[in-house]
Amino acid sequence: MKILTGNDLKTGAVTWWDGSGWSLHVDDAVDAGEEADAIIAQEEAARRINAPYAILAEKTEGGVRPAHIKDRIRGLGPTVRPDLTLKPGDPNAVREVI
Amino acid sequence: MYKYDQWDQAMVDARVAEFRDQCQRRIDGKLTEDQFKPLRLMNGLYLQLHAYMLRVAIPYGTLSGTQMRALASIADKFDRKYAHFTTRQNVQYNWIKLEDAGDILADLAKVEMHAIQTSGNCIRNISSDHFAGAAADEVVDPRPYAELLRQWSSFHPEFSYLPRKFKFAVIASETDRAAMRLHDIGINIVRNDAGELGAAFYVGGGMGRTPMIAPLVRDFVPLDQLITYAEACLRVYNRYGRRDNKYKARIKILVHELGAEEYTRQVEEEFALLLAQNIEPPIAELERIRTYFEDPAFEAGASVKLDRSDPDFAVWSDRNTHPHRQSGYVSAVISLKPVGGIPGDATADQMRLMAELTEQYSFDECRVTHTQNIVLPHVRKADLFALWQRLEAAGLGTPNLDQIGDIIACPGLDYCSLANARSIPIAQQISERFNASGKGDILGELKLKISGCINACGHHHAGHIGILGVDKKGVENYQLSLGGSEAEDTSLGKITGRGFDEAGIVDAVETSVDVYLAQRQDGERFLDTYRRIGMEPFKEALYG
Amino acid sequence: MVDPAQNTLRFRDDAPAGDPAVTLEAFTDQSNALAVRIEPGEDARNLLPHLDRIRLVEVNFPTFGDGRGYSAARVLREAGYTGELRAVGDVLVDQIAFMKRCGFDAFQPDQPLDAADVDNALTRWPEVYQPTTDARVPIWGLRHGGDNG
Repeated sequence: MKILTGNDLKTGAVTWWDGSGWSLHVDDAVDAGEEADAIIAQEEAARRINAPYAILAEKTEGGVRPAHIKDRIRGLGPTVRPDLTLKPGDPNAVREVI
Repeated sequence: MYKYDQWDQAMVDARVAEFRDQCQRRIDGKLTEDQFKPLRLMNGLYLQLHAYMLRVAIPYGTLSGTQMRALASIADKFDRKYAHFTTRQNVQYNWIKLEDAGDILADLAKVEMHAIQTSGNCIRNISSDHFAGAAADEVVDPRPYAELLRQWSSFHPEFSYLPRKFKFAVIASETDRAAMRLHDIGINIVRNDAGELGAAFYVGGGMGRTPMIAPLVRDFVPLDQLITYAEACLRVYNRYGRRDNKYKARIKILVHELGAEEYTRQVEEEFALLLAQNIEPPIAELERIRTYFEDPAFEAGASVKLDRSDPDFAVWSDRNTHPHRQSGYVSAVISLKPVGGIPGDATADQMRLMAELTEQYSFDECRVTHTQNIVLPHVRKADLFALWQRLEAAGLGTPNLDQIGDIIACPGLDYCSLANARSIPIAQQISERFNASGKGDILGELKLKISGCINACGHHHAGHIGILGVDKKGVENYQLSLGGSEAEDTSLGKITGRGFDEAGIVDAVETSVDVYLAQRQDGERFLDTYRRIGMEPFKEALYG
Repeated sequence: MVDPAQNTLRFRDDAPAGDPAVTLEAFTDQSNALAVRIEPGEDARNLLPHLDRIRLVEVNFPTFGDGRGYSAARVLREAGYTGELRAVGDVLVDQIAFMKRCGFDAFQPDQPLDAADVDNALTRWPEVYQPTTDARVPIWGLRHGGDNG
């Protein structure tokens, strides 16, 4: 599926299109499909997202898994600082992303 | 070290106000991201993999204790309690908010710091020798010249939209401790036969996609023409550097495509015209700047004795100190490469400690090296043991300067949106393996550098052992190169062959080291053995 | 100074040259052309033999990131050109202060100019580090009495 990601303009936080807004969690990402470009244009114009783009991902049991390792790391945080990631308490989080 | 006068301060304050205004106009939607991006880059603010990243300038790597303490405060107040020291002697924060950027720059301005031109297609931080003002072999302290160039290059109205970034290094010794010939312009301050000081200009070096060693363009520019000559070099680049292809836009490509001779001819032509424009600062300005770089109040007759009875201290002082021209003093290197650690990172607490040690033991001056360590340039031998104890207690006392554990690594795919592969975990695994086996201790000097992508921010081309992370069909892969050198015997590493996966590259480094151990003669370093025996024995061992 | 109808900003007292700016190529063939437009890849020094008769040089910035026009302007002013030097194209208010220092005395950007932003841009910098032909005293001049002799 095609999911959308970008950064919050003011805070810089990585966010994911969840169908109605921008979530901090990649597992909330929805398939934007054919609407991707239109959503990107509309959200960027309204300044609800900065530097948005579409990526490939697949739905998994656990949630949403971006196809490329770079986007997976983006969805979690630096693999070498689990304490700074979105899942500091999860010992498997880093392994799953790599 | 240099201290701002009212005019330097006014410029930095004006820049803070300008950037606050630009951020507000972006937030209000008056600037699109495309319009804002070059403006925020010229203030060191990147949009990175996880958040905005801010790169703060540390001119020629020199910091006071107050400044180091301010950097620690910023890490606590606006970031996540740590910072990263870079291969260009700067410092980076990885978790910055755009809405805080103005306040951060204001806090920096209070301690005479800024993030001006640390990114963007403009003249960047000017780097220098981290032992400047202390090393016995320097002709003069190169930093006054770096400071003169820094002011000339700041807010330069003609050179703010260059084809690409522009990096200077300034040294003043035959020994090159700043990778001078791998810069867009490398300057070596030398003496001519008449004993006069002047600048040798090397133009067109760089790493990245197409690494090149800068050719000598002019062997002696008199000091009272330094700025005019630099201006001529830049103007030719601004006018004729390629703008059609981002990957062919550095000055090294222009010098290579024109040929050094033709580039030089164009520079000399422009230089002759510029001389009539009187843009050179008076020698009085250089002399004014020099007064900030005079010797600190060294203790005459300081003891040259060192109590080496503690074996751990003896190892550290043998490895992590550099001879000083003043009797009884050394330069001490604080390692930011603990075993298994993240190269170049320091916690806010460690930074506060380093600030204290800087003030107590080194006349309130420290340096950031391009190899991501910190130097205390002027330490009395009598104080060295006490200093080491405090470093050890804080995890800053690893005795690995220029050894295999002293790895240079870019942030890589863990932090950087340009990266293809993670570099930090590779560094950690190599560091741990060579420490656990004890092999690291018997290798001597071995400069290992890791870049997470072709942009080569980890300077892998200049590594005795270099590692480049690439993307092989969506999977991380690592190329190994051997034989690079950033010193005055500058050379670019050669790739061994096909790449390796994560586990494979660590094994490949060990295999290469084992070839060296089997073949080394008479105190040869890894680099020397490689240069003597060539690539074949390594290829043989790696690929069979 | 700001003419909203034309979206121009001009810092000259004389009347603007009425002639349309011809291309550099055309200019070299037309001995009576008074206004010329140079593109980023063109060498402004081609105009040096004709400076006396030129009343307007337009320097085009097709994209604001292409900074060749800044050098073109300085080269012309350093050679003694005193006519109008106009920056056109993708010129943002954030570039105007530097462009002015390089010798531009008129601006006709594609995007409308906000008068308040223009004012901020022009009054932002109390001092300058480098001398240009704009005759502002560089900071080293303030430190050492104005000349480099």
